[in-house]
Amino acid sequence: MKAKIVLNQSLPQTAEPINKLIHEFSKLPGIGPKSAQRIAYYLLRAQEDQAKLLSEAILSVKQQITLCSGCFNVTDSDPCHICRSTERNRNQICIVEQPQDILALEHTRIYRGLYHVLHGAISPTEGVGSDDIRIRELMERLQGNQINEVILATNTNLEGEQTALYLQRLIAPMGIKLTRLARGLPFGTELEYADDVTLTRAFEGRQEF
Amino acid sequence: MTSPRNYQTEAIIIKKTKLGEADSILTLYTPHLGKIQGFAKSLRKTKSKLAGHLELLTHSQVSFARGKNLDTITGSQTITSFLPLKTDLELTSYALYVIELVNQFTPDHLENRPLFQLLLGTLEHLCQTSGRELLLRYFEMHLLETSGYRPQLQQCLSCKTPLQPVINSFSAGAGGMLCPDCSQTHSSTTTPLTVNAQKVLRLLQADDYDTVSRLRVPPELSSELERVMRSYLRYLLEREVKSAAWLDSLKR
Repeated sequence: MKAKIVLNQSLPQTAEPINKLIHEFSKLPGIGPKSAQRIAYYLLRAQEDQAKLLSEAILSVKQQITLCSGCFNVTDSDPCHICRSTERNRNQICIVEQPQDILALEHTRIYRGLYHVLHGAISPTEGVGSDDIRIRELMERLQGNQINEVILATNTNLEGEQTALYLQRLIAPMGIKLTRLARGLPFGTELEYADDVTLTRAFEGRQEF
Repeated sequence: MTSPRNYQTEAIIIKKTKLGEADSILTLYTPHLGKIQGFAKSLRKTKSKLAGHLELLTHSQVSFARGKNLDTITGSQTITSFLPLKTDLELTSYALYVIELVNQFTPDHLENRPLFQLLLGTLEHLCQTSGRELLLRYFEMHLLETSGYRPQLQQCLSCKTPLQPVINSFSAGAGGMLCPDCSQTHSSTTTPLTVNAQKVLRLLQADDYDTVSRLRVPPELSSELERVMRSYLRYLLEREVKSAAWLDSLKR
């Protein structure tokens, strides 16, 4: 409540409903007070339908979206469409950090197995340990089902690598085939700018051409 | 004289914070400028040409352009990538603990060349040595020294008499050792230390790492040293070292 009072003092006085809308928008990531003001005044002038659609879309996201009990992807029906699908390979699980990563992978249409969303990566300096992301749920899933390949698709930064290494330690003793997405040169870039780690891995993972 | 618009420095990346869609704010430790921060645009995009050179635990040559609040990173070239630190779960955790301590013990823009050398040396040794626990203790002891918290290990802090080879106590509040008589009357909490632990602590403080690394420390003594150093660090920082909890969970 205190923040609201401070904000109202710092803004020029306008009608209370507009102030309220500006305040709500300014809480969103990447939206400062000026952007919030612009959006609020835009909506004020817009058709009533548009405002209605927006408010309905926001509410339905909060009311209808849950996490899939299988893969923990965001979904409007549990289990999600990927876990439910009969056309997908149920023996493969691809592990990603966040739901957006599934979108990127699905866009390629190359992978036809299941997913598991960790909702984060191990980051000791931020105080995020193995219990803070959905690793326990993954292990339960691996024990209960016939899985013959786990694909580690965590980010290739330090946190993602560490998460992959930790999962390797847990999963390797179970005798399940464990793979990691290839790390090397991205498409459309120049060799000159590549760093040592990337180049080393690109070299180690070179393939017959 | 105004400061130049662009400048270059070698640096070790010790912290990374996400900002906006794909940008990052980096915390870097440098030999001449101490701890500085830099804004790295689009660092998190797949095709960022700087990303690999600016990953945590990398020793790089970094160019900056002076900005209004934050200086922007315009270029970077790896000097040492410390690849072993990034491909081994335990080593990564040890190294993250080291950079978290450096980040917490240092103020912004304060030159501390010995600390930079200590940090660089510790990361190099981590890639090679097997005595990692002892290396961490060595790092902690010298971090304290270069930041002005050198503990007094030679004489009792209260009565100023040289310590006898008996069980003396370490007091985090007083910043050093207390003899058995004084530790009873002292108000703050103290940790009794075995004679061997006191010897190792003195050796860590006085000698260089080449000498220290020849030491063989049994597990019990190692955990005693870890306990006393951790509690002193916690007392000084007035908070937990986050990555220490992760290190402990890995050891279990």
